[in-house]
Amino acid sequence: MSVYDFTFFLFAIPLIVGGMFTVISRSPVHSVLWMILSFLSGAGLMVLLGAEFVAMLLLIVYIGAVMVLFLFVVMMLDVDFAELRAEMARFLPLAALIGLVLLMQLAMAFGTWEIGGGVHMLDSPMGTPEGAGTHNTAALGLVLFDKYFLLFQLAGLILLVAMIGAIVLTMRHRRDIKRQDILTQMYRDPAKSMELKDIKPGQGL
Amino acid sequence: MAEFLQTNLGIVVLVTAQILLFVTILFVTLAFLMYADRKVWAAVQMRRGPNVVGVFGLLQSFADFLKYIAKEIVVPSGADKVVFFLAPMISFVLALIAWVVIPFGDGWAIANLNVAILYVFAMSSLEVYGVIMGGWASNSKYPFLGALRSAAQMISYEVSIGLIIIGVIISTGSMNFTDIVRAQDGSFGFFNWYWLPHFPMVFLFFISALAETNRPPFDLPEAESELVAGYQVEYSSTPFLLYMMGELIAIVLMCALITLLFFGGWLSPIPGLPDGVLWMIGKMCFFFFIFAMVKAIVPRYRYDQLMRIGWKVFLPMSLGWVVFIAFMAKFEILGSFWARWAIGG
Repeated sequence: MSVYDFTFFLFAIPLIVGGMFTVISRSPVHSVLWMILSFLSGAGLMVLLGAEFVAMLLLIVYIGAVMVLFLFVVMMLDVDFAELRAEMARFLPLAALIGLVLLMQLAMAFGTWEIGGGVHMLDSPMGTPEGAGTHNTAALGLVLFDKYFLLFQLAGLILLVAMIGAIVLTMRHRRDIKRQDILTQMYRDPAKSMELKDIKPGQGL
Repeated sequence: MAEFLQTNLGIVVLVTAQILLFVTILFVTLAFLMYADRKVWAAVQMRRGPNVVGVFGLLQSFADFLKYIAKEIVVPSGADKVVFFLAPMISFVLALIAWVVIPFGDGWAIANLNVAILYVFAMSSLEVYGVIMGGWASNSKYPFLGALRSAAQMISYEVSIGLIIIGVIISTGSMNFTDIVRAQDGSFGFFNWYWLPHFPMVFLFFISALAETNRPPFDLPEAESELVAGYQVEYSSTPFLLYMMGELIAIVLMCALITLLFFGGWLSPIPGLPDGVLWMIGKMCFFFFIFAMVKAIVPRYRYDQLMRIGWKVFLPMSLGWVVFIAFMAKFEILGSFWARWAIGG
């Protein structure tokens, strides 16, 4: 077993184990933690394939941001997971059917998959693919910002719309509560808002 | 010997030896940095600080270390034991592994990654897990509140740190630390470094680094006045030591980042003097001193104001700066002042 094989299994096995325990672990917080483990291993596999930029994005975006929000929600929501679990038996046949369909689709897609010439498999030295001339950050940048610039902008626009939509849907102005106005707080004049009084001992105001 | 180091096993042995050497040096340095931190703090408050163990109290940190590992480990009842012990380890390990890409001299990095800066950023954004997991697993209210606060704070300030880093990346045209430092080399020494073209961002980065590492004045996760000690309330003994060391390592890492990104890494400030690892260490010590001074002289922030500054002041400013830098670098205004890929890197 070469070092590459060893490293591959070092990441591949935790990936599968993490995915499995995401489904079967009892506590939802543990599920999220197992999921983080499988994302981490996924990032490791990306590095092994020479796609270090994608690996870092996976770490920063998915683990650093998305999974933190997941963890937040799971920790704070008061959902009765035992009840949800009890319903699992009812939906098991449907879930099995969907799983089977997905598996067949994947089998059909990958069954006819052919690896083209010049593509390096895992048994070749890892690192940036040869012949690219640039490392993969620059290569991705060229594709995204030059070749598919408009499509990239369009994707960004869709995300922007989704973001504004989420804000509009969840924001509600309540007029019956007191709010802080930071600007008025900052521009308060000490001479006007404070009054110093000299109190003689034993007299009071 | 030289042939052996070319084989796979040889590379593994070599890298392991480098890592062990580095970690040993780092830990010894940390002990004295901890001491320096306390001495600076004490001096500002006109106290003596640690002065009993060893000459001038120099061995204080080692005594503390022994005390921590000899204490009893208390596990709260109802705590999730595995996560409870995993959390400080994660905190510590993540702070440590980010160092692997930091170059101390030209080519003096254990791993010279193409995406080194993203790697450091990713590791510092993962550090939030140590805090959240610790707070949750303690099964107690104060740690949980502290953990939530800390997570929100760290995520918020990561955004502005990321945008500031993007500015530097645009200027250099590379994400490699060695390239970033080489792009700051020039005939004017000190005035060639990135602090000048990226001037306002140096301060933003410094403040964001304070918030990201939960240092005072942004130590709201700990906030002993309201939350006792935040996410670490239930921790004692070695797990607590791991948290504390993780935090300190992250702070020193931030000093290294500021040095590399804005203050020319190992480059000499005066043209003519030789560059070298001593400059890098000297600059890092200077920034650590500033961190210690800030801890001593700035009062703690209110939590809502902290979040407001992060999202409503720092984020728009750094985003605007990225647009500005991209414009200036693209059209090479002022020659290679912003567009440093023209002269090196």
